[in-house]
Amino acid sequence: MSVAPTLLAVEDLTKSYGGVHAVRGVSFSVAAGEIVALIGPNGAGKSTCFDMLNGQKTPDRGRVRLLGEDITGRPPRAVWRLGVGRTFQITATFPTMTVRENVQVALVSYANKIFNVWRSTPDFERGEADRLLELVGVGGYAERPCGELAYGDLKRLELAIALANHPRLLLMDEPTAGMAPRERIELMRLTARIAREQSIGVLFTEHDMDVVFEHANRILVLNRGTLIAEGSPDDVRRDPQVRAIYLGEGLVYDARHREGAGA
Amino acid sequence: MRPGNLLLSGCLAVVMAGMAAAVTNTAAMAQSEIKIGEINSYSALPSFTEPYRKGWQLAVEEVNAAGGINGKKLVVISKDDNGKPADAVTAANELVSSDGVAMISGTFFSNIGLAVSDFAKQKKVFFLAGEPLTDAVTMSKGNRYTFRLRPSNYMQAAMLADEAAKLPAKRWATVAPNYEYGQSAVAVFKELLTKKRPDIQWVGEQWPPQGKIDAGPVVQALAAANPEAILNVEFGPDLVKFVREGNTRGLFKGKSVVSFLTGEPEYLDPLKDETPAGWIVTGYPWYDIKTPEHEKFLKAYQAKFNDYPRLGSVVGYELIKSAAAILAKANSTDTDKLIAAAEGIKLGSPFGEITFRKSDHQATLGAFVGKTAVKDGKGVMVDSVYRDGANFLPSEADVEKARPKD
Amino acid sequence: MSFYIVQFLTGLASAASLFLVASGLSIIFGVTRIVNFAHGAFYMLGAYVAFTLTERLSGTLGFWGGIVGAALIVALIGVIVEMVLLRRIYRSPELFQLLATFGLTLMVEDLVVLIWGPDDLLGRRAPGLRGAIDFFGQAVPTYDILLIVLGPVVLGLLWLLFRRTRWGVLVRAATQDRDMVAALGVNQKWLFTSVFALGVFLAALGGALQIPRDAVNHTMDLRIIVDVFVVVVIGGLGSITGAFVAAVLVSELNAFGILIFPKISIILVFLVMAVVLVVRPWGLFGKPEAAARQTPGLSVRPWRPLSSNERLAFIGALIIAAALPLLGSNYALIVGAEIAIFVIFAASLHFLMSVGGLASFGHAAYFGLGTYGVAFLAKFLGLPMIVCLLIGPLLGLLGAMLFGWFAVQLSGVYFAMLTLAFAQIVWSIAFQWVEVTGGDNGILGVWPAAFVATPARFYWLALFVTALSVIVLRVLVFSPFGYSLRATRDSALRSEAIGLNSKRIQWTAFVIAGTFAGIAGALFAYLKGSVFPDNAGIALSVDSLVMVLLGGVETVSGAVIGAIVYKALSIWLVSYTELSKLVLGGMIVLIVVAFPKGIAGTFGNLVDSGRLPFFKRALPRASQAEGAE
Repeated sequence: MSVAPTLLAVEDLTKSYGGVHAVRGVSFSVAAGEIVALIGPNGAGKSTCFDMLNGQKTPDRGRVRLLGEDITGRPPRAVWRLGVGRTFQITATFPTMTVRENVQVALVSYANKIFNVWRSTPDFERGEADRLLELVGVGGYAERPCGELAYGDLKRLELAIALANHPRLLLMDEPTAGMAPRERIELMRLTARIAREQSIGVLFTEHDMDVVFEHANRILVLNRGTLIAEGSPDDVRRDPQVRAIYLGEGLVYDARHREGAGA
Repeated sequence: MRPGNLLLSGCLAVVMAGMAAAVTNTAAMAQSEIKIGEINSYSALPSFTEPYRKGWQLAVEEVNAAGGINGKKLVVISKDDNGKPADAVTAANELVSSDGVAMISGTFFSNIGLAVSDFAKQKKVFFLAGEPLTDAVTMSKGNRYTFRLRPSNYMQAAMLADEAAKLPAKRWATVAPNYEYGQSAVAVFKELLTKKRPDIQWVGEQWPPQGKIDAGPVVQALAAANPEAILNVEFGPDLVKFVREGNTRGLFKGKSVVSFLTGEPEYLDPLKDETPAGWIVTGYPWYDIKTPEHEKFLKAYQAKFNDYPRLGSVVGYELIKSAAAILAKANSTDTDKLIAAAEGIKLGSPFGEITFRKSDHQATLGAFVGKTAVKDGKGVMVDSVYRDGANFLPSEADVEKARPKD
Repeated sequence: MSFYIVQFLTGLASAASLFLVASGLSIIFGVTRIVNFAHGAFYMLGAYVAFTLTERLSGTLGFWGGIVGAALIVALIGVIVEMVLLRRIYRSPELFQLLATFGLTLMVEDLVVLIWGPDDLLGRRAPGLRGAIDFFGQAVPTYDILLIVLGPVVLGLLWLLFRRTRWGVLVRAATQDRDMVAALGVNQKWLFTSVFALGVFLAALGGALQIPRDAVNHTMDLRIIVDVFVVVVIGGLGSITGAFVAAVLVSELNAFGILIFPKISIILVFLVMAVVLVVRPWGLFGKPEAAARQTPGLSVRPWRPLSSNERLAFIGALIIAAALPLLGSNYALIVGAEIAIFVIFAASLHFLMSVGGLASFGHAAYFGLGTYGVAFLAKFLGLPMIVCLLIGPLLGLLGAMLFGWFAVQLSGVYFAMLTLAFAQIVWSIAFQWVEVTGGDNGILGVWPAAFVATPARFYWLALFVTALSVIVLRVLVFSPFGYSLRATRDSALRSEAIGLNSKRIQWTAFVIAGTFAGIAGALFAYLKGSVFPDNAGIALSVDSLVMVLLGGVETVSGAVIGAIVYKALSIWLVSYTELSKLVLGGMIVLIVVAFPKGIAGTFGNLVDSGRLPFFKRALPRASQAEGAE
């Protein structure tokens, strides 16, 4: 891991709303092929932080660099073109299209064919679209209206869309929220496999500590807008500050983890 | 059935009734007929077109009672134009290609009159315009297929300018609806009055949008110009609002007002007891015209409809009378023969004899000029004098200059 | 000085009546999201009913009783309309309620003439408020003073109602979040009904209060409805205070504007709105609209290209249409050509509305620019018809490029109203620039060249261009661009996150729609032989909206059906019935109830449910997802 080049470098990221600091002086990095979790209690500034990484929000101060290139303040679509895929806490898909077409639109954009007016989109890179859908495990639903999908499948679809531009970095905002426990583990295993195979860096936020400690190579802990801990799952688990914040949750986790280890 | 469905059933009933009416309208017509097409803004302007319709219905009845047109029955096929030029052209197309009419007649708004007149020119159809006042119909956009019955904007302005010139007032302000009719009425009036009275100053003008006058500020703005006399071209609901605000705010006190069309019952009657007194207006004092021609018309009209005539009634009546006279004289429905017959034709009207001038196809129908007054809580015209249109036509030289060569 | 004060007071009096009507519209829109086109009709009904009541009841009490009674009676009519008609279509596609209220407005216009006669009616003056008081030599009508006081009083009462009553709190909550109120267990049905009643009451009161100043007549509705929309939007949707401030702003600007520019009134409100929306996209007191949630229960049927059977049906219909000259009269051909032209026009708006989610209320602007484009080329440059037809629509394109750039910065109703403002600006240029456009007397003599001068040939030309346009627009819908456009409509967030530049895509769509509208306009000019400002007027913009909604906004090509049905009906009814508006309005109301998703939308649902076997598609249901391959 240490030999992997730095993919994303964040320095001194700061954002405040009306005098309240949502994020203050946050710096970290993500390497290619690395899976990093960003955790913290509600209101810690995770979403704000995320939104600043792909240009949804502009930071007051600080820099975001992707492979050394400064992308601070660029609009989301420009950041995407540099190879950053994103999924949302509440899924954002195209409900009037079929599942496959959802991916095809992303492929159209990736191929820079947005202003093409004569080709047929339903035939556009159908094979690639189906491959991506198979990859995330919703291949059977390709022809279904996207609006009919179960929530978990929507999350998978979002992942397929995010993968359409062969990203270097995936930003996943609570990728397993609203899923059944088994689904969560499946999805994260899938993500980890893809990240490993394609050497994609993954940064995700998550409430489920099982998921976090199971899948993250590294964990960043955010509290009240500042980064209070960073390190391997074991380091973070032992960190007293983190324990103080997570109080009960952390204990519950320990207990569960041991059970899991025993089985 | 829920009680709520009643309203929907009502809609259904209306639709069915409409369809039934449509079917009866399309009944086939006999051979020994001459058909005239008629287009007007029935739905957009019912206050004018209702009496107008009655007028032409009376004329049709009279013509047919007197043996029709050289023995053939006169039939008028009437269409609504929705107040839109494009719809009027559709209606004209239907009349010409589907109903096979000998000529088209009618129209109220100037732009519709012009659209139909251009259609007539293109399709080589005879068009007898009734109401549209714009000078363009007979002058700058005149054509050999188009004739007009009512005194034009120019003629009405000339009649009023004669009276205005006699007033001592030197400072004049104008208020007119902001479209071609209002603009050209003001322009012609200004030109004619300035010619007669070079000492006159034009101190203010207001151009509220037609149908949407914000009368209070307009009245205030006029008053601020401090004129001695006002030219008004507002009509219809705008006129009512303008008069009400003007009365309340004392705008007309101590000022002369000269006003287009205000003496026509269509516009005067709604003012009731709020009619401003002493305005110099053109109009139609049906209660005050004692000529035998008019008495006859009035009696026939009142007998048939149990209502008094408006100016629209006279226009509708005389429109069909003119059409019948032209058809009878031509003794043919061929367009060229109709044109030849119409040029210079002389015929009677409730206002006396009229003729269609050869050079510009304008009829010499005149108008009454008088003063407004309130009588028994109603607006009336008093001291009215008939101004024969023949004396107010634009000069032959002007016609020659303005009319495109066919 | 006293003059300016009095002019200011006069402006305030004008503002008061505008505010009453506008506040009602704002309340209704805020809660029910209905763009209530019939609001002007209720205003007019208020005036008519008040006229009748005040003629019958005498004395001061009789007069004021008549005014308030009229408003109450009309509010009751509003309740009936809401319960019988609108309740059935709350779940219809966006703006579908506009269609229903448009139908109602048409009906009311004919009904008032039937009931009260065609003449303008002069209502009673308010007892004791006939005169004016003297203010340093300037007269201020006492009735104006009453109105000036009434405006803020109504504002205050509404404020109390919304802040101090449980009902008001619910209404405000519903304005902010409809779903939340449903979740609170409030009876949403009655909340909507009562809100609608209050809105109608205010409109009718505004109308009734006009009778001492105005002539009651059947055009009052259209005179006020557009201005009221403008006031509501300038103020900010759902904001009563905003409506008040906007009404004052507009009225005062008009009162003082005419002192310097006497012709300003015709365009003033639209200029103000355009400026406000460009500078403050949410109106003066409005808040940014929360991202629209998916309407619950809305079936989302993905679009697909035509099946081979459907293609056959399309070609068959085209062949039948092309054979019309063998069967029909010349008049039928002329009507056929007109319908074909409106198919292009409606289809162009449909592309913008259904694919782009951008409902333009001013689409006639580009149609009108197309008509003037060919008129200029034909009359000033004397170019031959084919050249004019090819170049003329470019004026529509240029207009769409200019206005579209500003318009796509907004969305939803604000987008709609900005397009309306631009259309009115185009209209007023055509109307006022007499030297170039001929003003309202238009440009005459734009007739087709000899080789298409016969009705049959012109019809074929129109049909050919129409078929081509519809096919091109359809291909566009399924092209990468069409999908990108739909993506921006479906989810702005997601589309930006996959690299789509929403504004540029929407702008392009706007230009495409404007160009096709220009093509329709170019043909229209040659069909009619003359060009008028009407061609860019509000009535035509509304017609195009009605055609799209009638066909079904959720479909790919519903506008084709909507245009044919609406245009054929209206031409036929105007020609053959006395009460064309009443019948047409009645038909629209019936269609709205019978086809709550538009004609094509409802048809499409039948196809999907398998009830029309010929058109059966290979659309997999959930269970056959795999088998479809």
